[in-house]
Amino acid sequence: MKKSYKIDVDCPVCAGKMETAAKKTAGVKDASVNFMLLKMKVEFDENADEKTVMTAVRENCKKVESDCEVFF
Amino acid sequence: MSKKQKKNLIRILIAAALLILLHFLPVEGLPRFALYLVPYLIVGYDVLKKAVEGIWHKQPFDEYLLMAIATVGAILLGVLKTGDYVEAIAVMLFYQIGEWFQSYAVGKSRQNIAQLMDIRPDYANIETDDGQLEQVDPDDVAIGTIIVIKPGEKVPIDGVVVEGISTLNTAALTGESLPRDVNVNDEIISGCINLTGVLKVRTTKDFGESTVAKILELIEDASSQKSKSEKFISKFAKVYTPIVTLSALALATFPALFLLAIGRDPQWTEWLYRALIFLVISCPCALVVSVPLSFFAGIGGASRAGILIKGANYLEILANIHTVVFDKTGTLTQGNFEVTAIHPEKLDKKELLHLAAHVERYSKHPIALSLREAYGAEADGCEVDDVKEIPGRGIRAFVNGKIVCVGNSQMMDDIGAKWHSCHRTGTCIHVAIDGEYAGHIVIADVIKINSKQAISELRKSGIDQLVMLTGDAPKVAESVSEELGLDHFYAGLLPAGKVQKLEELLNAKKSPRETLAFVGDGINDAPVLSRADIGIAMGALGSDAAIEAADIVLMDDDPLKIVTAIRTAKKCMRIVKENITFSLAIKIACLLLGALGFANMWMAIFADVGVMVLAVLNAARNLWVSSVNSSVQNPHPCRSDV
Repeated sequence: MKKSYKIDVDCPVCAGKMETAAKKTAGVKDASVNFMLLKMKVEFDENADEKTVMTAVRENCKKVESDCEVFF
Repeated sequence: MSKKQKKNLIRILIAAALLILLHFLPVEGLPRFALYLVPYLIVGYDVLKKAVEGIWHKQPFDEYLLMAIATVGAILLGVLKTGDYVEAIAVMLFYQIGEWFQSYAVGKSRQNIAQLMDIRPDYANIETDDGQLEQVDPDDVAIGTIIVIKPGEKVPIDGVVVEGISTLNTAALTGESLPRDVNVNDEIISGCINLTGVLKVRTTKDFGESTVAKILELIEDASSQKSKSEKFISKFAKVYTPIVTLSALALATFPALFLLAIGRDPQWTEWLYRALIFLVISCPCALVVSVPLSFFAGIGGASRAGILIKGANYLEILANIHTVVFDKTGTLTQGNFEVTAIHPEKLDKKELLHLAAHVERYSKHPIALSLREAYGAEADGCEVDDVKEIPGRGIRAFVNGKIVCVGNSQMMDDIGAKWHSCHRTGTCIHVAIDGEYAGHIVIADVIKINSKQAISELRKSGIDQLVMLTGDAPKVAESVSEELGLDHFYAGLLPAGKVQKLEELLNAKKSPRETLAFVGDGINDAPVLSRADIGIAMGALGSDAAIEAADIVLMDDDPLKIVTAIRTAKKCMRIVKENITFSLAIKIACLLLGALGFANMWMAIFADVGVMVLAVLNAARNLWVSSVNSSVQNPHPCRSDV
């Protein structure tokens, strides 16, 4: 499953950090962050629960960049 | 302005006001330090916080750390020696002004691009049982539903018109300003704006599969395909920050230690000051922001001109194009047959066409279609009886009591008519009346009105080699190639042969830097499109296969768009290079000056914030794409099936 989420982040470097953090999250097969459109595309592993995974993604992103937000 | 931007602007203004106020307050010593700390913290608390967080998460090397060290260091210098805190606060203040400007500029570009991409329909109208219109989410409309589109509304979902006549504005999709007429049974695509009449449309796709959703998805995905320059910059930023932090540390200690060792005054504070200046200058923001912004603006600007570029990497490849390979039919030529010459023996030209059109009255062959179209009013009162199709030859019929045969040379031989060949290229259709040769009509695919201009503009843009591949006969290919002034052509190729020829051309490249583009109409070119360095599909509106296979999609079939695409790419790469060289050059120059003691904090601030602002403004130029205009008076040939 692939889904796109709105995000809020200030700089392209931070967006890159979020991408790396999201990719490392369990249940995420692949993730890409588009800084210019403020969107994060997440491809989930099979059988992954969207809500749990995205909560973890948000948490991991906040760890590397406190000033960011993932809307889901 | 967003909430955050407003808040930051207020912080900047308060800190600046306090700084001016404090300038006139005659306080000394510790109270002075405490007072100056207020504006510093107001404007810089978030930077300090993020710098600490960075260290906490073991990812310390970013611009926040650079700024934190530089300003804290400058304050320490003030406490220890000079009593001057203004420089430290000014650095933070200008850094924040720069950040604010950057966020404002990026936000503006975002808005601009969002406007360009404002093709997403918000709702679809469905007629309820009592005849009222109800607005529903386009996502919820099932295939086969009848939707109603009022004048001024966007077409939400692809479909077929079942009722109504109107004109559509396709500008948002194709960049083409000429409205398109639609009638019952016409297919229409989502994203167009309905201009004049109410249309009832039976949807043929889900919203997610409709043109508009596909295009939006394509643009959204475009920037995840990172270009080499972007990859270079992000790698560069990773090694760059640790290097400059360590260099600054070295600058702060080594020269002083050296002076100490040779028994001179080490001037600790002077070297510390120089190291701090070094740090401020070295902030990589200008590069890190402007490069992705350039590509994004380039892709956004191109999509407004009806050119969809699937990724920043393709802009890069497109800028280095040396060879363009064209498909013939549908790309350089219109792809539908037209009567190009009528050569009667004795009859009037119109009369010959008249008879031929009648004989072809019931045929569905493309040749028959073009004959009837050329004559216009075929369905007149003439008697057409006993129509007989002779396979591989032609058609025979009684028209007004005469036997008229319309077909190829073999048919003429069969009935014993003395035919002769024609000097014109194209398909020759012979006509015989009562067994006597009456003349011939030549039908050929016509070169697109803008093809010639496109070819010459391509040459002007520095394309070395222009090649045409076609499945058509060599004679036809030769005449098209000559008329347009191409370098080579290869005719009589089957689809597999096209791939083979393309590979030969790819192997013949002088250097890997030179790239090759293939332009096709996308209908049966998918293998060639994907084999070329860059595949350009044209007239692709509504053809999913082409959108899928190509790297660049031209929304209409105007060959001039190829020129616009290449020029946009070149401009974008030029701006990226300008920004990289300009900001690196200024930074390196200022870094050297700073290390040698010729620069002060104010110069450092310009080198950081000023350069970033200039680079962002330069990058935003990519939003404006100038289309190449047709030099032909009426650039819209009679095609309504685009």
